[in-house]
Amino acid sequence: MKKLDSIKDLKLMANTIRQDIIRMLARAGSGHSAGPLGMADVFTALYFNVLKHDPKKPLASNRDRLILSNGHICPVRYAAMARAGYFPVKELSTLRKYRSRLQGHPSRRNFPPLEAATGSLGQGVCIAVGMALAAKLDKKKHFICCITSDGEHDEGSTWEAVNAAGKYKLDNLIFILDRNHIQICGFTKNVWPLEPLKAKYKAFNWNVIVINGHDFRQILDAVKKAKKSKKPIIIIANVIPGKGVSFMENKYEWHGKAPDEKQAEQALSELIQERAKIR
Amino acid sequence: MKSTRDGYGEMIVELAKKNKSIVALSADLTPSVRLENFKKKFPERFFQCGVAEANMIGMAAGLALDGKIPFVSSFAVFVPNRCLDHIRQSVCYTDANVKIVSTHAGVITGPDGATHQALEDIAVMRALPNMKVVVPCDFDQAKKAVKAITKTKGPVYVRLTRPKTPGLPKQSFKIGKANVLRKGKDVTIIACGPIVYEALEAGKKVNATVINCHTLDPIDKATIVKYAKKSKKIVTIEDHQIRGGLGGAIAELLGENHPVKLKRIGADGFGESGSPEELKKKFGLTVSNITRTCRLKK
Ligand SMILES: Cc1ncc(C[n+]2csc(CCOP(=O)(O)OP(=O)(O)O)c2C)c(N)n1
Ligand SMILES: [Mg+2]
Repeated sequence: MKKLDSIKDLKLMANTIRQDIIRMLARAGSGHSAGPLGMADVFTALYFNVLKHDPKKPLASNRDRLILSNGHICPVRYAAMARAGYFPVKELSTLRKYRSRLQGHPSRRNFPPLEAATGSLGQGVCIAVGMALAAKLDKKKHFICCITSDGEHDEGSTWEAVNAAGKYKLDNLIFILDRNHIQICGFTKNVWPLEPLKAKYKAFNWNVIVINGHDFRQILDAVKKAKKSKKPIIIIANVIPGKGVSFMENKYEWHGKAPDEKQAEQALSELIQERAKIR
Repeated sequence: MKSTRDGYGEMIVELAKKNKSIVALSADLTPSVRLENFKKKFPERFFQCGVAEANMIGMAAGLALDGKIPFVSSFAVFVPNRCLDHIRQSVCYTDANVKIVSTHAGVITGPDGATHQALEDIAVMRALPNMKVVVPCDFDQAKKAVKAITKTKGPVYVRLTRPKTPGLPKQSFKIGKANVLRKGKDVTIIACGPIVYEALEAGKKVNATVINCHTLDPIDKATIVKYAKKSKKIVTIEDHQIRGGLGGAIAELLGENHPVKLKRIGADGFGESGSPEELKKKFGLTVSNITRTCRLKK
């Protein structure tokens, strides 16, 4: 695995991934923009620092498992995987196209390193619990890391998974919450309020860490701490949906929309300007 | 061209102006299922349920059991499919007056991929006692269907679709009464949903009878058997798994009442990302494949 140790290199990589996301979505002509841009820093930290994985041996039995339960933000995962060396970067342009491995929502049938099929919300979280149990049975030391979203916490099945992990004391399970405060119909607080989220997780016998999901130091520290947790743990990553593109930031209207050609140009020019400031 | 989901969005607003019992529920998909206007016009009768479909079905059942006419809408993969047991027990078993009107059925949903393309919903809903199943072929028929199901008491599932699709010649709509769109010789093509358009085009080419079987349950036994008796062969076509849907229903009906040569066209497996046209081709849901199938000697 290509490990990036400096914060500057991580920031540069996240910027590259954000540009990839814009290009992929513009090429696809449909898909989700806000979620992937918001989670670019977390995915960069995972694939380029804290996850144990090897793009040359993508199915090695001791790899950390990464499940993307809010499957619709898969462009960020695809871009991070391409940059980490899982497949050629130019394949990103096949996103959502017929016969592509890069399905509109992650599909293990099409591309096994994606670990699971997700897209229907509230299912990846349950699969993650199952994988954590399997690792326990086999006395394996790898971690199961599951990305989930705030909107996904509307689902009863998400809380069933949370309860199950508490019951089985799954200290090898780490959730990272894409807490961007939006979903399709608006801001989460108006559509389906979730707070007090931290207290809810504590009540389900989990540990909780709250971070700024755009601060690499905080992301890296949180995952390192999480790997030492004696209970299942959730890292609540507060992130800005659409991060890096001014006209998408905090706009729920960009949940499920791809930029057109002009919008993509504007977005890319903003990201390129931002890149010049990274140090 | 307009979509069937647009027909729903228009008609429910029209009906709700007069019928104060109508309420609508959405699970964080209000714009996609075309309930945005309903929500704006009747905010007190609209319930945002969050991304929590199973609970939404129960809420609808409760509303129905105390006199409301709830319309519940999501993508067809989530409602009905994700909520089968809730629909079975809370809605069908008690005969609650719940109208499930879901969108994004079939491979024509497109680039979102297999997770978002409901291909089993007809089979699953058709198996439930007390559930009527309606699959409108175009915008106009979707409007008429929504109006008709409001007048019928009891559970109904209406299967709608995402993209804009061609309008067919104007048809009357009665639940359980299939529409014969053209009369031909030897072969009868039976279809439901927007693919009826392709069925009709193919029917013109091979001079086949074409039936729009928009109600799968209760199925129009009289019409189907009548035309089966005049045909040497039946071809069914649907944007749904080949097992358990329209083709399955016709096979059951004719197997018992008038066995005749039958070819079923439909999905056989999961969909994937792609354009509606590419995906229709993948499963032979095209005019050329229908005509070819009609012409096959076997
Ligand atoms: C079970 C299920 N119901 C509905 C949907 C449709 N859907 C896709 S994303 C989404 C919003 C979920 O909120 P969140 O993940 O927070 O969205 P984001 O932050 O990316 O905007 C919904 C309702 C789905 N994918 N799965
Ligand atoms: Mg969100």
